[in-house]
Amino acid sequence: MARRVGIIGVGQTKHGNRSEITYPDLIREAVVGALEDANITLEDIEGVVYGTMPSMMEGVALNHLYLADALCAVGKPILKTETCGSTGVSLALTGYYWVASGMADLIMVVGSEKMHEGDSQATMTTVAEPFYLRYFLSGAPGIFALQSHQWSHRYNISDKKARDAATKLSYDHHKDALDNPYAHIKKELSVTEIENAKVIVYPIRLWDVCPNSDGACAVIFASEEMVKRLGRDAAWIKGVGYRGDEYWFGDSDKVRWQSAIEAAKEAYEMAGITNPRKELDVAEVYNPFTYLELIFLECFGFSEPGKAADDALKGTFSKDGELPCDPSGGVLCTNPIGATGLIRVAEASLQVLGRAGAHQIDGAKLAFAHAMGGISQFNGVMIVGSE
Amino acid sequence: MNKHYGTLYSEVKLPFKFSVGPVFFKFFEALKEKKIIGNTCPKCGKTLVPPRSFCPVCYVEMGEFQEIPQQGELVSWTIVNKSIPGAPVDPPFIIGLIKLDETDCNFLHLIGGVEQAEFQKLRSGMRVQARWKEERKGHLLDIACFEPI
Repeated sequence: MARRVGIIGVGQTKHGNRSEITYPDLIREAVVGALEDANITLEDIEGVVYGTMPSMMEGVALNHLYLADALCAVGKPILKTETCGSTGVSLALTGYYWVASGMADLIMVVGSEKMHEGDSQATMTTVAEPFYLRYFLSGAPGIFALQSHQWSHRYNISDKKARDAATKLSYDHHKDALDNPYAHIKKELSVTEIENAKVIVYPIRLWDVCPNSDGACAVIFASEEMVKRLGRDAAWIKGVGYRGDEYWFGDSDKVRWQSAIEAAKEAYEMAGITNPRKELDVAEVYNPFTYLELIFLECFGFSEPGKAADDALKGTFSKDGELPCDPSGGVLCTNPIGATGLIRVAEASLQVLGRAGAHQIDGAKLAFAHAMGGISQFNGVMIVGSE
Repeated sequence: MNKHYGTLYSEVKLPFKFSVGPVFFKFFEALKEKKIIGNTCPKCGKTLVPPRSFCPVCYVEMGEFQEIPQQGELVSWTIVNKSIPGAPVDPPFIIGLIKLDETDCNFLHLIGGVEQAEFQKLRSGMRVQARWKEERKGHLLDIACFEPI
């Protein structure tokens, strides 16, 4: 049976355009932050888990080899995990399994992306196979726009209501990011600006979409014994889940989205959660696009099917709402892809550790972190708690 | 932000030769004859287009090839307003997920036959049908687009 595992430290870079430094130095910024936060040294780390987007985006293949020095991996075992957008949560799961198995007491997990160095659009098109999907899928915007229309059509949600709900999320998250010292986009936006922004892929507009961010995040996973030995507080891993759909985008329903629903369900069962909206104090949902976030809220049981727009408009998911979602500003304001899922785990941990600073949700004891990867294919969830 | 120390430019060009295999080959050959081919899983009964060599869920060999109707329901659509690397058309263009009749999955292709001014009048649920190119090469783009009936 799995041992108890806790997160004892996190580090993040200031995300954004980090073209002034090399990739190894970017990694080091996050790693140093995490080691300091956990009050440990590189000698204490028994193994490293690292991940990022596919080699084609990085420009150096299998870059955990290139970045080994910066990852403190010299003389240590290393595991690489890549699951596209859900990489960060897959990394967290890998670190968790390693410690939970009893094979290590202290593992460092790092995710990163240096998007300004590569051509992210071009490399993301290669996630689609060349026979059928690559011509028309039109990247992440295309996929999520198709999903959004599938959702609004299914539940008879008017263009206006969907637009208003998406605007509310964009407005809230952009405002929230101002309270996050590491966030990339810090821009106070008005409702009018959001509604009238340029259409990228209809109905998605400029401020419904995440930025291209450089950034890294490091998280330290420790066994219960190590947590006690170090005398640290921990964000305990209460539940994990991961599921994938078939490869082809059209083979499964992306509204009642099985991989998202089942990944959350697995994590809830493990954590003993039966009413997520009531029992969770905060959720860091993978939200590179506002419309996509609405679909996730329903898949995770935060809203009834078809009701996420109504709930969002009521302020249910705002910082002062019943279940604050992405008080860090979320992926919408910061998206170094390989790090993004791990940043969700880091932010959820900071919340239950009471260390989220200006964007702390008071009294948060149970937090949900999630990321999605591929052509809306894989979903991963990690739930952390203060006990 | 801080001082920028410049960048080193480096380019990688990587050609690939993906194997088509017997099942996709059948699909592409049929396109030359203005036919759309799929197949059905003998275990779960789902009919998929394009055809597969094995069912993605049941993992068993799919049944015989079958001709698929060329009309279906527009499950979803979107207007692509930005340049997409490798796209065969320039923006703005419309892509759609189509549930062809008698199939159990959604097929992705261009939606055509709509004036730009009418783009936002598209609605999920509309019926669409395939329009073929005059010259066909055994390629997905032998289908020019799907257009509202």
